[in-house]
Amino acid sequence: MSLSPAALGAALLALVAVAGAEGLVANPPQRIISVDGALTEIVYALDAADRLVGVDTTSLYPPAAEELPKVGYKRALSAEGLLSLSPDVLLATDDAGPPEVLKQIVLAGVPVPMIPDQPTVAGLHEKIAAVADVLDRAGAAVELSAAVDAALGEARAATANASRKPRVLFLLHVGSGNDLAAGRDTAADTLIRLAGGENVLHDAFQSYKPLSAEAALAAAPEVILVTERNLKGLGGEDALLARPDLAATPAGQARRLVSMDGPLLLAFGPRLGEAVATLARHLGTIQGGAPRASEQASTEERRDAAARDAGRTGSPPANAVTTD
Amino acid sequence: MSTGAVAIPGHANLLKRHQLQQLSLFALVALVCVVALLSIAIGPVNIPLADVLRTLAGVAGLPAGEVAPQHQAVILSIRLPRTLLGLLVGAGLAVAGAAMQGLFRNPLADPSLIGVSAGGALAAVSVIVLGGTGLAMVTDALGSFALPLAAFAGGLVTTLVVYRLASSDGRTSVTTLLLAGIAINALCGAGTGLLTYLADDQQLRTLTFWSMGSLSGATWPAVGSLAALMTPPLLALPLLARTLNALLLGEAEAGHLGIAVQRMQPIIVALAALAVGAAVAVSGIIGFVGLVVPHLLRLAQGPDHRFLLPGSALLGGALLLLADLLARTLVTPAELPIGILTALLGGPFFLALLLRWRRTAL
Repeated sequence: MSLSPAALGAALLALVAVAGAEGLVANPPQRIISVDGALTEIVYALDAADRLVGVDTTSLYPPAAEELPKVGYKRALSAEGLLSLSPDVLLATDDAGPPEVLKQIVLAGVPVPMIPDQPTVAGLHEKIAAVADVLDRAGAAVELSAAVDAALGEARAATANASRKPRVLFLLHVGSGNDLAAGRDTAADTLIRLAGGENVLHDAFQSYKPLSAEAALAAAPEVILVTERNLKGLGGEDALLARPDLAATPAGQARRLVSMDGPLLLAFGPRLGEAVATLARHLGTIQGGAPRASEQASTEERRDAAARDAGRTGSPPANAVTTD
Repeated sequence: MSTGAVAIPGHANLLKRHQLQQLSLFALVALVCVVALLSIAIGPVNIPLADVLRTLAGVAGLPAGEVAPQHQAVILSIRLPRTLLGLLVGAGLAVAGAAMQGLFRNPLADPSLIGVSAGGALAAVSVIVLGGTGLAMVTDALGSFALPLAAFAGGLVTTLVVYRLASSDGRTSVTTLLLAGIAINALCGAGTGLLTYLADDQQLRTLTFWSMGSLSGATWPAVGSLAALMTPPLLALPLLARTLNALLLGEAEAGHLGIAVQRMQPIIVALAALAVGAAVAVSGIIGFVGLVVPHLLRLAQGPDHRFLLPGSALLGGALLLLADLLARTLVTPAELPIGILTALLGGPFFLALLLRWRRTAL
């Protein structure tokens, strides 16, 4: 087993990274594949979408991106599948893979600048700058970064006067079994903090982990945050709030459930300011937002009461059928 | 449990059967060549057949015409290593399966029964989940070789443990071997489950794709290491065909026929574990090839291991290449995990086999 081919691959990758930094990437690339949702959004925001020839399955926004050929999940890419789109460059974050496939792409002459993926505001600016570097759109990147900062500043100013920080629990439904909850160093954690809330699991653990029923109770969240698509997977609003681990929490008692558009909530792309403002409005941390939140709670109560009424009026005919 | 009574054919029948087997082996060689050529010629990148043939001629040292460099790169650095890897993995899994079924005289035996896959999986999952923390020293030292090496070592170590458990006073009980295998499988499964529970979402994704298997890690160094590890089992197991044939009659009967049963058993187990461990290391867990391929051949040509072992190697390679061809081309430009396709193929067959076995057993 010789190490030299691996070393060669690593050297090539390094060379490509340098080439990317020096702007030596086919200048400027005309056929781009992006295998990260945030990077895809940045390409669109930099007005270079006409050069995109393929995206991965995490690229869900803007809707036009869903029309492009899908190259699969970012961690299970296919070398030849990518090459069949004849890309000039593959935009990837450092968690893309498998590594052998990326090596093969590089060996086939397609540069793969690896862009660090940190769910922080600084990390977002870094991503924007890195994509702009590859696309040769430095000017547009400065504008985009400034727009992101402006939107964030606006949201920060609006949430500055909030009387207190609502305690939020973010749940991610990943198919069967335990749901994952967001700890620190996650997009959800940063977003909750930026929106003037507090992630109840910030000190508990890093990344997304399964959460036991008792730990959920002990965390005592005041708001449950989920994505819209996950809410369906978790059985809908009533089923989720009735779960034994959530029903007894302050959030379950007050029926405070916030569901947000998944790509907006989790992509951590150029729409970060919009995501923060949307979440802040839901949390009631934004100035003048508190009545909105209570109004939301009251609509939920009304909907709940309506459901109960429907149940009551629905039962007699059912009885009639069975007694008949 | 036995593979069914071996008919005692007349001399003329025997000769005819022998010729038929020779013919079948030639047919299988031809099948492998055709499938390998398809695997090299077909893929998401559209390459004219002429370019494919020119590139292959160039590899063989023949005068080759001009080929687009990108096409040449796709064939030489992606399709050719992948085809070779698929052939080796498929052949190794199927030969190991055939040898295990013969050794245990059990049509449902599979190398995974004695813990190779479970041990390999546990080690691989440990590397994926603990790579950044508990095992950082190991993974930093070995780099990208950490995962395959761990999977390989894990498979061999569990096999060794199972084998030691089943041996006492220099004798090995096949029943104890199977039961110990089940227990060790459960323990490894528990370890894998615990690590899966500890994994974060990114690691979970990696785990999922690894446990469904893929040939996408096909680089030339991977092919080289796999060929080195696969050569002993692929060459030696077919040479042990007479031993396995005698074992079909029973351990005592094989002993009367002059076979050193107690000496041959560990050799066969070790060779099968080597083949499966190496396959798991480069391609993750690919199910059903080791189970289904020997059975297909046994149904067609009977349980003679002189035919069954080389035949399994050839058919195993061909089947895995076909499954990979589908995995690569069905959802281009993405790719399906190959384990899904082999299980889709193998699952129904396995059920039919179970029903058939139940009917004949009653």
